Amino acid sequence: MRSRNVDEQKLENTIANLLRAGVVLSAFVVLSGAAMYLGWHPLAPVNYRTFQGEPDELKTVHGVVRYAFSGNAKGIMQLGLLLLIATPIARVISSAVAFALEGDRMYLLFTLLVLTVLLYSLFGSFLVV
Amino acid sequence: MNVIEFTFLVWAGSLVAGFLGALTGLGGGVVLVPLLTLLFKVDLRYAIGASLVSVIATSSGSAAAYVKEGFSNIRIGMFLEIATTVGALLGAFLTAKVPASALAVLLGIVLIYSASVARRTRPRPETPDPPDPLATKLNMNGTFPDTSGVRSYNVYRLPAGFSVMFVAGAISGLLGIGSGALKVVAMDQAMKIPFKVSTTTSNFMIGVTAAASAGVYLSRGYIDPGLAMPVMVGVLIGSLMGTRVLVKTQTKMLRLIFSGVIVLLGLEMVLKGLGGGF
Repeated sequence: MRSRNVDEQKLENTIANLLRAGVVLSAFVVLSGAAMYLGWHPLAPVNYRTFQGEPDELKTVHGVVRYAFSGNAKGIMQLGLLLLIATPIARVISSAVAFALEGDRMYLLFTLLVLTVLLYSLFGSFLVV
Repeated sequence: MNVIEFTFLVWAGSLVAGFLGALTGLGGGVVLVPLLTLLFKVDLRYAIGASLVSVIATSSGSAAAYVKEGFSNIRIGMFLEIATTVGALLGAFLTAKVPASALAVLLGIVLIYSASVARRTRPRPETPDPPDPLATKLNMNGTFPDTSGVRSYNVYRLPAGFSVMFVAGAISGLLGIGSGALKVVAMDQAMKIPFKVSTTTSNFMIGVTAAASAGVYLSRGYIDPGLAMPVMVGVLIGSLMGTRVLVKTQTKMLRLIFSGVIVLLGLEMVLKGLGGGF
């Protein structure tokens, strides 16, 4: 049976702080974009009744980053949402590092498998029609 | 409706959903899609995208607290995440292929199911079974803080749990929800993990599972920042408030009412889906 040692507790604290920081950072970016978005066109009509899909610049990681840094309000909000999506991914990466340091090869492999799926979804899934 | 009105109303609705979800332990994510589609007439795909984003926010926000308390089992979570992420990826790809009305019917069924399943608890066995060799090999048996000090537990029926997790992941990817109820069932009922460890580990896994479908949703154009923004902010604040209040109040009655609301929303989704309303 596995006992909880100091290292394990330290890892769990790091993960907890990472998750909290990720959520706070993404909320901050989303709200900054939201302030611009609401300030610029407050009275524009909204229509989400029919699905049109997002424009290309809001559909890929590099597109969102470029759009956000050009100062577009929707781009900044989307960047904040991307940071939120990245938070669990960062969590998985930190677990991989921890398992590698512990020399736990089996769990390192499991963690890398999960990471592959996550990165594929974010960077490779547009290849599948 | 204009941008200001829409944003405010969606924000307020999401706040209430997040608050009640956290307070009753039923999760706010499940009611978001029906809220957005039935009340705000949002297209199902946009609603699913916004809901998924908020699921990541609440999972990461609350998991931070639980991990620190030592309830979550990171090894169990990581191993089962292989099943949930692959399932979620598959589910997210399928969302584009499955007709919206079928998704609505499925969501309705999941809603009714999660409202009914969450109340059951498994009696604790007097004498624990001998440890499962597979779980021992995977180093999953663990401990957690209890009222009487540290309690240890064993993990059982890994293949069964793994399979249910794959289904939970696929449903999460198909419908943009956390599938928390199904994850808890897999861990609590099938793998016999203590309820507190099951719920917190499930919460911890939900964010990673949702991130696996988020990339696909993004590239399909389901995630609209104008809609996802108020939903995410509302649910996040609501659920943080809910967890604060949770400790102090008697939630039995509220839980019953909220379960009733979830069942009604589920029925509405099924009926509207069958009638081709999506």
